[in-house]
Amino acid sequence: MHLVVCAKQIPDPETPPAAFRIDEANNEVIPAQGIPPVLSQFDGMAAEAALRIVEAAGEGKITVISLGQESAQAAIKQVLAMGADEGILLEDEALQGGDSYTTARTLAAAIEHLGDVDAVFCGRQAADWDMGQVGLGIAELLGWPSAIIGKDAKVEDGSMVVERVTGDGFETVSMPMPAVVTISNEIGDPRYPKLQQIMQAARKTVTRLDAGELGLDPSTVGDAGARLKLERLFIPVVEGEVELMEGETAEEQAQALAAALREAKIL
Amino acid sequence: MARNILVVGELEGGELSSTTAELLALGTRLVDGGQVSVTLLGSGAGDAAGAAFAAGADNAYVSSDAGYDDFRSDQWVGAIEEAMGQSSPDAVFIAQSMAGRDLGPRLAFRNDTAVAMDCVSVEDDGGELKATRSCYGGSAQATYSFATSPAVATIRAKSQDPLEAPSDGGGNTVELSGAGDSRSEIVGREAAVAEGLQIQDAPVVVSGGRGLGDPEAFRVVEELASAIGDDKAAVGASRAAVDLGWYPTSQQVGLTGKVVTPDLYVAIAISGASQHMAGCSGSKTIVAINRDPEANIFTAARYGIVGDYKEVVPALIEAVKNLD
Ligand SMILES: Cc1cc2nc3c(=O)[nH]c(=O)nc-3n(C[C@H](O)[C@H](O)[C@H](O)COP(=O)(O)OP(=O)(O)OC[C@H]3O[C@@H](n4cnc5c(N)ncnc54)[C@H](O)[C@@H]3O)c2cc1C
Repeated sequence: MHLVVCAKQIPDPETPPAAFRIDEANNEVIPAQGIPPVLSQFDGMAAEAALRIVEAAGEGKITVISLGQESAQAAIKQVLAMGADEGILLEDEALQGGDSYTTARTLAAAIEHLGDVDAVFCGRQAADWDMGQVGLGIAELLGWPSAIIGKDAKVEDGSMVVERVTGDGFETVSMPMPAVVTISNEIGDPRYPKLQQIMQAARKTVTRLDAGELGLDPSTVGDAGARLKLERLFIPVVEGEVELMEGETAEEQAQALAAALREAKIL
Repeated sequence: MARNILVVGELEGGELSSTTAELLALGTRLVDGGQVSVTLLGSGAGDAAGAAFAAGADNAYVSSDAGYDDFRSDQWVGAIEEAMGQSSPDAVFIAQSMAGRDLGPRLAFRNDTAVAMDCVSVEDDGGELKATRSCYGGSAQATYSFATSPAVATIRAKSQDPLEAPSDGGGNTVELSGAGDSRSEIVGREAAVAEGLQIQDAPVVVSGGRGLGDPEAFRVVEELASAIGDDKAAVGASRAAVDLGWYPTSQQVGLTGKVVTPDLYVAIAISGASQHMAGCSGSKTIVAINRDPEANIFTAARYGIVGDYKEVVPALIEAVKNLD
């Protein structure tokens, strides 16, 4: 069995609001000083789901693929340290600056390049742009079925069985393989690599592929191929000022709050 | 420039969902002489067409086949494709619902076009559609234009106002094919949702966070909701509290949970991370109870109490009960 995990490196989504800045002239987020980028949380969870499947089967290979710049090696190494077998970095000037479409197209080309993939695991959305399209895009481009927002996945009798989160509970979906699954935080925290695994991962070589090797025409990927054009990126203004309840004791503060809410006709 | 707009409708208990009405109203504001169409799939679809016309649709593409009642993306995509073939839309609007999160990318990729997910506004900017959505967990907003057509957008619930007065124009109904085969089979289902008032519908939502320190503390949060009124207030939770297993996933408020827009949102021991605020910043009034005066929640709150919830919440329950 050959599983692929798609992994993205992103600015730390837990960056405090005060440290979050935007370069409005270039529509870019300015990396916060001293806060290193991280593996998008949901991608670590996707790796966890893939690892559980390989462990349950007692066999199988996991390849982690990242589209990004040189620094995305760190995200790949993190998934390798968790237990993935091989890493591929899709790094090429022509591949930079795209949208969800070009990202899915590039990843789908890499998956086709591998040839023997049985399932692809992605995070439910990248925690920077929060789009939630790439997994489904890969499925559509490859003509595979998909299940999104999974909290667990198993392979049973050659089918991919995914327990997914719905608005009012959970639903178990079975589909033929090859298939794409996206994973949500309901799966729980992904495993922590052991020190020895981190050292082993550090020594592993990551394969690099560029647009040409993937057979992609540069005009259809990266910035040139994007279909969604970012016109403006800005920080929304939160207006208003908080009124803190006065009082010596919690009782006095609580009474002041109840009275204020009554006066404003809210309660 | 006249444009045709297709709305992917959803039914709730056989009735037109309120979000579908919001999307249809958005459609009427952008058609500029074109037509607003809607797809309605599943039991009751035929009967819901009237409500869709009143909400702004000119055409309804319907199939009342019960095969559509369970959402399976490939069957729905097939039906929507059929409606797209007949209505030639310049834009397709879909709710950012569990179904919509799947349909948006699937339909866009199938039609060689782009989708903007979870939009809070779509505007006509000199003839060009521009969609705005939040990103970076709600810390930023991005406005996009579309290089390809049709423009596909999933729209956040309650971000659009429905029509003020129902439209009385009536409309055409077109039958769509029934649900064909699906590659996915739903083999199990487990309901996990609080009974009674749902957080999306409640006029008051009282939410607890990781700062409660203990799952049992949700009882006090529930007690406050009861004191406000079981018919008015529902209980929500931050993702940190849900991830700890303290409260059901169905009650999670935020970017990856539910979006709520109550008259009153009470955040107890919640820091106010951008991803949490993404689910409650549309509330009319936010009240924060937090012992850290620097907590981000106070920047969004209208009223606040800096203090230990263990003292403040019981006192607030008393104070609410003593009103009148
Ligand atoms: C991609 C992504 C998606 C996410 N989606 C969501 C989402 O949908 N919903 C969501 O909620 N989060 C979401 N998060 C997580 C979010 O970033 C925060 O981690 C989370 O909201 C924090 O929850 P919290 O406020 O309960 O906990 P904390 O941030 O730990 O805050 C606890 C608060 O409790 C206060 N406190 C502690 N003790 C007391 C006391 N005795 N009395 C009063 N106050 C006290 C503290 O001062 C603190 O402010 C997401 C994160 C990512 C990266």
